[in-house]
Amino acid sequence: MNDAPGRKSGGETRRARGDFSAIRIHKRFEPSPTPQSGARHPIVIVGGGPVGMTLALDLGRRGHEIVILNQYDFIADGSKAICFSKRTLDIWNRLGVGRAMVEKGVSWNVGKVFRGARKEPIFQFDMLAQKDQEMPGFINLQQYWAEEILVDAAAALPNIDFRWGHQVAAIDLAENRLSVITDDGEYDLRADWIIAADGSKSPMRAMLGLDFEGRVFEDNFLIADVRFKEERPSERWFWFDPPWGGSSALLHKQPDDVWRLDFQLGWNIDRDAAKNDENVAARVRGMIGADHPFEKVWYSVYTFQCRRMKRFVHDRVIFVGDSAHLVSPFGARGCNGGVADVDNLGWKLDAVMRGADPALIETYNEEAIITADENILNSTRSTDFITPKSAVSAAFRSAVLDLAENYEFARPFVNSGRLSVAVSYPASELTTPDEDRWSGGVPPGSPALDAPLDGGWLLSRLGWEWKLLAAAPIKNAPLPVVILDDEKARARYALDGAGAYLIRPDQYVAARWKAFDPKKLEAARWLG
Amino acid sequence: MARLNTAKNIASPDDVYEMLIDLHRDCDEPESHRRNAKLILALANHVGDPEIIAEAVALARRSA
Repeated sequence: MNDAPGRKSGGETRRARGDFSAIRIHKRFEPSPTPQSGARHPIVIVGGGPVGMTLALDLGRRGHEIVILNQYDFIADGSKAICFSKRTLDIWNRLGVGRAMVEKGVSWNVGKVFRGARKEPIFQFDMLAQKDQEMPGFINLQQYWAEEILVDAAAALPNIDFRWGHQVAAIDLAENRLSVITDDGEYDLRADWIIAADGSKSPMRAMLGLDFEGRVFEDNFLIADVRFKEERPSERWFWFDPPWGGSSALLHKQPDDVWRLDFQLGWNIDRDAAKNDENVAARVRGMIGADHPFEKVWYSVYTFQCRRMKRFVHDRVIFVGDSAHLVSPFGARGCNGGVADVDNLGWKLDAVMRGADPALIETYNEEAIITADENILNSTRSTDFITPKSAVSAAFRSAVLDLAENYEFARPFVNSGRLSVAVSYPASELTTPDEDRWSGGVPPGSPALDAPLDGGWLLSRLGWEWKLLAAAPIKNAPLPVVILDDEKARARYALDGAGAYLIRPDQYVAARWKAFDPKKLEAARWLG
Repeated sequence: MARLNTAKNIASPDDVYEMLIDLHRDCDEPESHRRNAKLILALANHVGDPEIIAEAVALARRSA
């Protein structure tokens, strides 16, 4: 990868946009024209991946003028994120692209874990334990299809100025000014808020000289995206000690008869040899059967890190997604974690631009770090189980897998990746702890749970703003009220009588009361 | 009579598993064996009942 901007050369020669010729292209776009220098914008998003695009759509739909700078003039091909979680789909559904993602993707809820040649799984889980929700537990979808759907949705909004082939070369933090290189010129622009959504190698982070701390894992994995026809259930299948060799492997179904095969390779390997066609083919045949024809789509070898920045908010520059935090791929917590960031940030930026106290942005720093730490913790634990780092750690893993075949108690220890679910913030300053005694329902600091309602779905009724959720109408309600006139929905919230929930614009529960009184809202000081 | 509880009994298995692995961070193999032995002795004492411990011993001896 060549993500480095052109070198400064004392100003005598024009800087050049980076050379991205090694990147395989899914879809090319016309480079956007170079504007005059000196413009000032409310929000500039640096990075046109799924995270930056999701924020652009969120703020764009809220009516803000958005500039989004993409250093590429294409959507990249290749194997990147494929698993999008229920929470991400709920967010995308609010933004109007959820159904398109589900229609194009492969929906799945069940994961199975196998060991060796044993046909029966030793452990399995269901990512949609609570049925009757609009969105599935997960979809598999190649990242480039997700990006294309987001690009199309953004293109339909005239207030989103999407600039292809515009690469940030320098930032002046004191002036909130960015210098941008295009193929036919250079310009600078200023912004009230700059969002760094520029990926794991984040040139923005590097230009600001900011920290990035954590662990690098010493193991290599091979991704083989291959095409073949086969009817298998759409489930996530994971093997420990697979019969065709190696210590673990993973199989995911993608759209268009493409399958993601993922093999653990070990640390001291010849990376180039591992991804040559013959060696990959031998592994693929081991997994899918020796006489099953398949076609190569994409092979790559990767290693990974679990790291994050100390802070995500630096004055008027806000880091989101991979630029702020990285996780191992076990658990699909990378892209889903990034979408969670911008879902958290969008309504807060909107409120601040409409006059709320800018200190609200600090709660993004707080809550996004809680999310990142939980994602890093879970993906680190999965990695430690899948790739034990010592003899004793390997012995514990073997013991768990031995016992799991016969004993129920051992199965919950089997860790092939704890898949991404929404993170809760019970201790956030935006969360008002329960003062009443509740049994069941959705606790403060957790995301609202979908339910069938009036022939549609509850989450789509919650929408974009602060709302109250109640079992019965509220007289002189200070906020719009969604009434749960459906028994199943009321049961999910343990709501009856005069009880109510206060729901944030990102559809998290801020507070709940057994007997609602408008005075109670004073505690929620960000309501504005 | 089976009295050893082999049903799921831990609310947060990942927290407990991490504790067990962390016990062995930065120590060599003989030290690891010793720490495991101490852990088993402490848990055996907590269980107390020799019949239950005998069942756990039999479980550990079984090959998968």
